[in-house]
Parts: sequence; C-alpha cells; structure tokens
Amino acid sequence: MASLKFSLILFGLALLLRIQAWRYPAFRERLKERDILAQLKTRDGRQGRWYRIRNGRISSGAGVRNDADVALVFKTARLAASLLMPPVNQLDQINALKDFNLAMEGDEDAAAWWTQTMMLTQTAGWTYGIDQGNGVTRYTSMTNGGPVFVYEKGGRIIRITPIVFDDTDPEPWTIEARGKTFTPPRKSSLAAHGQNWKSMVYSPDRLLKPLKRVDFDPGGERNPQNRGKSGYEEISWDEALGIVANEIKRQKREHGPGAIAMSHGSHHTWGNIGYYLSAAFRFINAVGMTRVHHNPDSWEGWYWGAVHHWGQSLRVGQCETYGTVEDLMKESEMVVFWSSNPEGTSGAYGAFEGAIRRQWLKDLDIEVVHIDPFYNDTAQMLGGKWIAPKPTTDTALALAIAHVWIEEGLYDKEFVETKTLGFDKWKAYVMGDEDGVAKTPEWQEAETGVPAKTVRALARNWGRKKTYLGAGGWGNGHGGACRNATGIQWARVMVCLIAMQGIGKPGVNMGNLQWGTPVDANFYFPGYAEGGMSGDLHHTAMAVELYQRMPQLPSMNTNDQQIPRLQLPEAILDGKAEGYIWDGKSIEAQFNKISYPKPGYSKVHMLYKYGGSIFGTMSDTNRHVEMYRSPELEFIVNQSIWNEGEAKFADVILPACTNMERPDISEWAALGGYAHHGQTQLNHRVVVFQHKVIEPLGESKSDFQIFHELAMRLGLGAYFSEGMSELDWAKREFDASDLPKIVKWKDFIKRGYVVVPNNPEGVKDPVSWRWFYEGRKKDVPEPMPLPSDYTEEYLKGLQTQSGLIEFECQSLKRYDPDDTERPPIVKYNPAHEGPSNPDLAARYPIQLITPHPRYSFHTQGDGKDTFLNDIEDHRVPIDGRYYWTLRIGAADAAARGIGHHDLVKVYNDRGAVICAAHVTHRLAAGVAHGYESCAVYEPAGEIGNSVDLGGCLNQLTPPRSQLKKGHSMGSSAAMVEMELWDGSPEINRAPSEPDTAVFTPESVAEPVPAE
Amino acid sequence: MDTSGSKWNLIVDVANCTNCNLCVLACHDEHVGNAFPGYSEEMPKHGHKWIEIDRRERGAGPMVDVAFLPKMCQHCDEAPCMEKAENGAITKRDDGIVLIDPVKAKGQRHLVEACPYGAIWWNEEKQVPQAWTFDAHLLDDGWAEPRAVTVCATAALRSVKVDDAEMARMVREEGLEELRPDLGTRPRVWYRNLYRYSKAFIGGSVEAQSGGKVDCVAGARVILHRNGARIAETATDVYGDFKFDHLDPDSGAYRVEITADGHPAKSVDVTLGESTYLGEIRL
Repeated sequence: MASLKFSLILFGLALLLRIQAWRYPAFRERLKERDILAQLKTRDGRQGRWYRIRNGRISSGAGVRNDADVALVFKTARLAASLLMPPVNQLDQINALKDFNLAMEGDEDAAAWWTQTMMLTQTAGWTYGIDQGNGVTRYTSMTNGGPVFVYEKGGRIIRITPIVFDDTDPEPWTIEARGKTFTPPRKSSLAAHGQNWKSMVYSPDRLLKPLKRVDFDPGGERNPQNRGKSGYEEISWDEALGIVANEIKRQKREHGPGAIAMSHGSHHTWGNIGYYLSAAFRFINAVGMTRVHHNPDSWEGWYWGAVHHWGQSLRVGQCETYGTVEDLMKESEMVVFWSSNPEGTSGAYGAFEGAIRRQWLKDLDIEVVHIDPFYNDTAQMLGGKWIAPKPTTDTALALAIAHVWIEEGLYDKEFVETKTLGFDKWKAYVMGDEDGVAKTPEWQEAETGVPAKTVRALARNWGRKKTYLGAGGWGNGHGGACRNATGIQWARVMVCLIAMQGIGKPGVNMGNLQWGTPVDANFYFPGYAEGGMSGDLHHTAMAVELYQRMPQLPSMNTNDQQIPRLQLPEAILDGKAEGYIWDGKSIEAQFNKISYPKPGYSKVHMLYKYGGSIFGTMSDTNRHVEMYRSPELEFIVNQSIWNEGEAKFADVILPACTNMERPDISEWAALGGYAHHGQTQLNHRVVVFQHKVIEPLGESKSDFQIFHELAMRLGLGAYFSEGMSELDWAKREFDASDLPKIVKWKDFIKRGYVVVPNNPEGVKDPVSWRWFYEGRKKDVPEPMPLPSDYTEEYLKGLQTQSGLIEFECQSLKRYDPDDTERPPIVKYNPAHEGPSNPDLAARYPIQLITPHPRYSFHTQGDGKDTFLNDIEDHRVPIDGRYYWTLRIGAADAAARGIGHHDLVKVYNDRGAVICAAHVTHRLAAGVAHGYESCAVYEPAGEIGNSVDLGGCLNQLTPPRSQLKKGHSMGSSAAMVEMELWDGSPEINRAPSEPDTAVFTPESVAEPVPAE
Repeated sequence: MDTSGSKWNLIVDVANCTNCNLCVLACHDEHVGNAFPGYSEEMPKHGHKWIEIDRRERGAGPMVDVAFLPKMCQHCDEAPCMEKAENGAITKRDDGIVLIDPVKAKGQRHLVEACPYGAIWWNEEKQVPQAWTFDAHLLDDGWAEPRAVTVCATAALRSVKVDDAEMARMVREEGLEELRPDLGTRPRVWYRNLYRYSKAFIGGSVEAQSGGKVDCVAGARVILHRNGARIAETATDVYGDFKFDHLDPDSGAYRVEITADGHPAKSVDVTLGESTYLGEIRL
C-alpha cells in the first residue's frame, strides 16, 4: 500500500513539473537553467523514479538509476509517502533528517537547485502586489522606520509611502479618559530613515559587484598596511566566493578553531529571514566562528545597574510596560521626561506612533517636565518645564529630589515599608548620615548647574502629583543618559525614585506613552530576535516559542571563544581582551567574565564583517582604524550593501542587496527576546510580507544567497538552506505564526500586509506593576523572569533575592559589596570624563553629547548621497561637501567666534572631526550636541591620525567601560574643545600644560569661508 | 474640470510641527527621478526644497521654545508668479491649485524671483522653475490628499477641499492666518498657531529668599503694562515662571509688575525686540 502510494506521488511529481512549466513562464525559465538527472528512491534502491531535465524539457521514468546527479533517499516507501503527501508536515521532515531517515546524495550545487526547483512547483503560481494601473504595482516592505507601500513601475521603485489602511482593515482601539475619547489615525507612521529608503536603494554608493583590494593577493603579498588606502578591482562572484571559502578552510586548518571572527552590527535591514540573527547566525554557527560579543548598547545603565534593584534581566533591565498608555491618560497628573526624547529616536523601531499619543497630553492638560541638557525634540513638541543638568550629573539631581521627599515626607511610606528593601541604608546616604554630605538641592547645584530652587520645586510638585517617570526614549529605559559614563548610577537612581512614589499605583509608573498601547499582545508573530531560520537556541530567543512552532535543524557554534566588542581593537592589536557577558537569563549572568584568547583556541586572524558601521558607532574609533591595518588580521571580508565606513578597509567585499530586492516576512516593531512585545509601541500591529519589489541591483545578492553559496563551497549547502529558498522560509514563518488564523497565505502575499485585530471590548492587558503594588501574583503577559528566579513562590514578587524592589541590592552585596564603582546602594560618583576632572575640564571644557541620531537609523540612511543630506539638522552642504551637524550653545559659539554653519573642528586627545556648526539656544552652557552613528569616515590626511571630514564623532568618545566589572559603553558624553577649522588635516591636540591649555579667543585661527 | 466650486487648501499647524522632515522627504521621494508630464519635471536630487522648514527659536535657556514652519508654494489666488509668467506658463486650476507648466516655463528663470515667498526653485539641469504642486498629479489620479499630509505624523499638515465660504468659516473658527497678509496674494495655505513663529514673548522666573534658601515663588501675580495700560495678567507656576506671549516683536517698552503675598512688589522694564527671558527676578 505504502509502496503504491509512493509510486503515485513520484509519478505525480513528474506530472506536476510538466504542468507548472506549462502554466508559468518563470518556472519554464527555471528549468532551462541547468541539465540534471535527479532521483527519488528508497534506501534499499528497490523503488524510485528519476527525472531528467535537459534544455528545459522534462522526462521521467520509474526505477533507480546509478548515474543521477542528485538523489533524495528515503529509508522506506512508507516514510517517503508520508513525508511527501501534501500538506507537508515540517516537523516530520525535520525529524526524518535528524534521525537519518532521509538523506541527500550528490553534488551540493545540484542538490540545492533540485530541491529548490521542487519547492518552486508549490510557489510558481503565487502572485504579489496590487495592480495600480498604468504599469504601476503597489508592493509592501518593512523598513527599520516602519511598514511601507512600495510603488514599482518598469522594474524601478518610484515611490515609498506609509500604509494607509482601507475599509477592510480592523477598527483601531479607543481610550476614554477624563471625558474625552482618543483614537489613533488609521495609517502607519514612518521614521525619516524609512521615508529615505528610495534614495538608499538607488544610492551611488551601492556595491554592485564583488571587489578585491588591488594589492591583496591571497596566494602572495597581502599588504594589510594598505587597507583603507589602496583601491579595488572588480572580480567575479566565483572568484570572490572562492577566495572567502578557501580562506575559511585555511584559517581553520592552519590556525585552528577560533581563528575566524564574525562582527555584525546591532541592526540590519528588516526582515525575519534575512536578519543577522537569522541567516547569518545559522551560517556562523555552521562554520564555527569567534563571536564578537555585544555589549547591551542602548540599555547599558539599565542592564548593569537597574537590574540589581528590580530584576527585569530579560528586558535588559527595563521594566514591564503593559497597559500604561491608558493608565497614564486616565490617572496621572504629570509626566517627567528624564533624558527622554522619543520624538528624536522614533521609539527605535516605532516610527512616530507615540507622537500622536504624546500630543494628547495637551488635550488632557497633563503637566510635563523635561530633564535633558538639550531642549530635545519632545520638549520642542510638548513644551513644559525644561531642566538642563550638565551631562553625567543627573544622579546628583535625582538624589536631591529624594532628599526633599524624605525631608518633607513626600513619598509613599507604606509602599517603601512593604514593597522595598534597604531604604534606610540608602536614606542614610541621601541625608548625609553615612558620609557627612547631605544630598540637598544646594549640594547638587554645584554638580549639575541646576538651581537648587528648581530642584526643590520639581521635587515638591512631583511628590504631590500622580506622576509617570519617562526615562530614556522608551520611557522604561533605553538610550539617553544610560549610555554615558554615569549611566549605571542614573538608571539605578531612576528605579529608586519611582519606587519611592509607589510604582504600580494608578497614575504612578514608568512610561512616556511610547509603550503600553492596547494592541492585542496575545496574537503571536515572531520578532526578529526570535532568530528566524538561525536554528540558534543559545544566542537568539528562539527557545521561547518559535522553535516548536517553526521546526528546523538546530545550529550551534562549537567555537566558545568570544571577544568583548568594546575591546575588539585591543584583542587584535594587543592579543588580549576581557569583559563580561550580556545574558539576560538571570541577574547574576552578567557576573560571568569572558577572556580572550580563550585557552586552547587560536587568536583571530580573519574577520568576517557584516556592514560598515563601527567607525561611526563604537567609541574612540581611531582604535578600530588601526586594527584594520594590522597584519594580525590576515584576511578581512566585508559583506555590505554600501561602500562606506570600514567596508573600505576589507580585502574582499561581497555586495549584498537591500531587503526590497529579496522576499522576507516580518512584523513592525516586533523585536522579541529582550524587548518582548515591542509591538505595544504601536497604534496598530502590522505584519508585512516583504515583497521582492525589484531585482537585486547590479550583481548584488541577498545575504541568504551569499551565505548559501559560501555554505555550498564548504559542503554545508543543504544544511544551511534545508533545501529551501528564502521565500520558502518566509512561508514557514507565516505558518508558524497566528497569521493563518486571520488571513490566507495567497491573500497575504498579494496585498502584502495584515493589521492585527484589536482585543474584543472589555479585554485588555493588566497595567504593569499593579499586581506588585496590590500584592498579587504577576499577571502581565510576559514569560519573565524564568521560574527558578522567583524566590519563594512562582509569580510572586520580583526577580530580586527579596522579591522586593531593593534599594540595597542583595545581588551586588553577594557579588562585590566593596565595588566603589557599583556599590550595593546607588551613590553619585562624578564621571571620570566629566566637568569634575580638572585637567580635562581645563583642556577640553565642552561636554559633547552624542545621542542616537534622529534622521538616520544609526548609520543606515546617512551618507550614501541620500535625501537625508538635504536636512540641515543632519548634514549641511558647505563648499560641495555634506558636513555632519554639531549643535553648539549660543554663548559657547560666541566665545569662540563661531557662527551658524561655520566649519568647526571638534577635538580632544583621541582625534578631531570637522562639523558644520549649528548655533542654538537649546543647549546648556558648556554642552555641544551631535549625533553618533555617522556612516562616512573620511580622513583628510593620514588614515587614523588626521581630522575626519565624514563626521564620526565617536572618534572622540571615551572607550572606557562604565564599570570595570562590566562591558558597558559610557561614550555619550566626551570632553572636547572646538574651534573654527583652519583647513588643516592635522589634529593638533590641546597641549597638556595647564597654563597654556585654557581656551583664549586670540588663539582662534583664521575662519574658513563658509556658505 | 471641477465645477463644484470646492478648492484645495492646506492648513499648517505650527504648534504641531516637530521638524521631523517627513514632508520634505516625501516630496523628494515623489519627485526625484519621477517626471509627471503636464505637472512637473523631475526634481534635482539635492538642493531643492519645494517644502522647506523654517525655524524660530525664542527666548534663552531655560525658557526657550522652538517653532518650525513648513513653507511651500502658497497656491495663491492672486499669484504674483502668474502675472510674471510668459506664454501662460503658470495657471490656476479650478480646484485652486497653481501649476507651473514644465514645458511652457522652460527658460523662465525670472519666475524664481517672482514669488515673494521664495517658494519657486530653479532647476539648472532641466532649465525650468519648479514648486510644490500640491501633488496635483496624484489628486487627479484619485489620491485623497498630498503625500506630505499623509506622511505627517503629528497632524501639523491637513488638506481640505472645500468651497471658499466654508474655508472662510474655518479660518474664522480655527484662527487661521496667512503667512504674509501684507502681500495680498490670497494664498491657499493657512497657518494655525503662527504666533509661535511670528510673535514674541516676555518671560521670567520669580524667586525669593527666606531662611538662607532661595525658592521659586509660585502663584505670584504678574501684570504686563504697555504705555501705562495694563494689557495682560498671569500667575507664576510652581517654578516661579511666567510668560506673556503673542506680543509683536520690536514693539517697544513694557513694564512687568510682580506682586506676591509676603513680598514687596517688584517691577521690571523691558524694551521688546525678539522674545525676551528676563531671567531670575528676586522679590
């Protein structure tokens, strides 16, 4: 019976191939690509069928031939029949592979072509996009800045717009508060970098062919010292992939495990299959590479600090965020935005979804305060009181607020009594009983520059009103002051303040209306951090849910060596590095140390770099420039979309295409993992099929395709792809989600998007922390902390040892009670690079803050001759070059003779960057403001030791970890000096003798003519 | 041809503009690389801002506010550019939209100067003057609104197609203004909360010392006088801050009088140029 069924299926396949070729021209063309003899058979060779494709024609016959190019071998006919009979069960197929009941024989390349052709019989008839008439088709895609319609005509993208919903899409939610009804507009919003995408796709800096550095000879002289200097020549894909595959083999053979390091950015072009946490991780794991271990870059202070007070390690120290939009709108009287500029950072991935909600604050007459050295974009939009502490001193201001609350009894004593631990210990420090210094408003004034009276007024107002604390861009952390040298203290003291006010009480919570909308959090679609097709249960969040839903072959990196990212240059140049890991599973996981090199492993001699962002995004990045020119790195390959940043320092460059040139699938703002339910930033959950809108430009290929082709050269092709294309993988992820419950696949891929319906009337998420405040079991829909991290009873209390919010952190007492950088109670400790350092303050009196950029998404969207060049708050054209914009306070500019849009050199001992001055009243005195994450590195003279015309302000930022026992960037406030640029390529650092170091206006060089 | 009498108008709410530049970028996206025969030539990739965002910072730290003002072709009913255009290169459509014909206007560089709003740009490569078309090519194709409006996430831009009587009612009820009423061009772009850009404020922070500590004085009564007449009154907030807005820049001498229980009254004279923050005022 099984045997007959198998025969019929095999016969049916031949028929299907012919029918699909007859029906679909694309499939017909596919069959012309190669001649092949393929075989499906049972392991005993007694049953099977062969299929020959020659000149696009199909012939087939029963039986088993021994001259097949490729053979799919099933253990038995019964198994074959059950695996091949539609609908195909993915788990059965994976199990058959794992149990060696199913095998592929033959040449890698032929096998890949044959299996994908078989898959194509299923997909050939699918149609995509909505016809708009006049030859225009409307497709969909997802950018880091939001979902979009992409209009294509004649193989070219003509326009990109937000998605405007139609009558068939679900109704939006409404919130009733204080007698008014609020509902968001029926469209998606878009960040500037999202609207910029057309110019990114068609950038003149696109890499269109594989390139090899002209003086790099893999078989002879490699000339690493010329990286960044020598030019490139075009080579074929065959040659490029050959060089890379051979080098991978040689490194492993000659140096042993650990020799190859992979360095990827923190972000990628959006799409769950093509994402770095997906296809790249599967490839890395399959090859075995030294991981460049990331620091928690946008969370630093929350992870290394706040975690010890309130747990939340699986949110990297930020707290739960459910239901807070409605609670804030209904109950609160004030919102304190502390280093919180959601209008400037688009909620990371949330476009402008939160902006409209924050505008409702005006309708609700809710008071707002902004604490930020920069009168930021949210302050500009909302108005309210602006308080501008010197960068890195916020903790002193917060301590003074606590001092007023304690002195005047303006805090929730019952909550502090019953829901927290160790308050008296901290109180003794705040009141000065511990060290003799009362942390009064007058005390903080010397540190912060904020008048004592203002702090007292704020403290009294806050203590009397039901107040939300919005800290960082997301309101519950993320970005802002957590990224400077005192970020750990700041995040910690934020927890202490909101604890004193009784977090969880109606109207008292963490948030700034950015997270916690009433969208349906229970509808499942995987976020990018869930790992897509990576098979990686260790370094992605796949184990939480996706692994069962989307069965796939697991992958595991056998190479345990890791390099702490912030010390990548030291690892290569000095041969050693140390750091601590970012692992959210528990509070204590961060105490695990990593050392490089790991005993028994090779040092790194090959770098596989994904993209070109590091010069713009890491700290003191002239270190990285030097690293790139080291002979320790025998080979550097960079897989990049654009020729920018450190791509120009590679030996071989592999041109990747954008996500508009390949299919993928994803949900807007769905991060998963460390930012569970990121979709609650949105007014509408939108899941998108990312169409392949146009063919890849030039010879560029998708990342999946590049990895697959390299994998084939290493014999890993079938393992990497599981015989499928990226389109097939997208379908697998659709099937794994809750989408099939609300939309048919074919409708989904045609229209391209689905808006997830909202909860039925009366069903909504509980408000975060309310359970804690009311002493109930945890009831918000997040699977964290892990069960063993509850102290007494599952779901009761927090992740901390006491289950309470701990003013005195038991985890730090256990780990190192004597650590002065991170004592068990939070104290103010002035920044090592800050106004309290007299030598630095004399030589470099300006504090340069480098927040995440507003218009580009890190380096994405910057440079590349994109539309963003026309935004003068991003770059300013002067004498034919687009210079990075640096905001300078009016008084500081006047003291240095700097005018609006003059070219200025901003510099310190680490380097110098030329920027266009933007003179403003939006900064406290002594503070300059320029975005980090410039994509362009353009040394005017000697590489790594001259002024940078590109705008990489991170060349100037301190590389020191916030914490010795951590791995934590503290780069967003560097001490610098600035002056009109004299046109010289020399850095000309400030002399170190204190008497000549003080700035005098006479020392200003002749101004450079500017527009 | 539209015979209903309803015409397009754009309403810009200055208080809602955050300088996100999405309207600027959407205009680039629509017009760079795309020519729409009968409507517009391609826009140069850089240098043209058919929608341009102007700015005004008022005051000084810590009392600062910043307004952004999107400017574009005002689609005037009495458009000066139409008068200057040769061979009918600029036309007013029945729906109120002013279009520069990309063929007829070729070579007419003088039209750039003809616009008192500075909203016409010269395309060197195509030798044609260009301006924001209200995305007429899309509206004619059935789109509900120009792209700048769709992409605006903060409700700073709104387009309406109404007859002139209805528009006049909206102008009245919503307090809409022309950008430059002095020009008399009868524009179809209207501004709301324009004072954030065009007017000035006088502000200050009231404080007092007691028991060796300086504190903000909340609830102080602050009265603004001009030419001896009382023109406005307000009270300080918890930070002791007060602000009189909607004043004309360069409008001369004012006197600010502050009274608070338990403190001697104080008055401060100020000659208003640009917006002025008087700083700390000690009672």
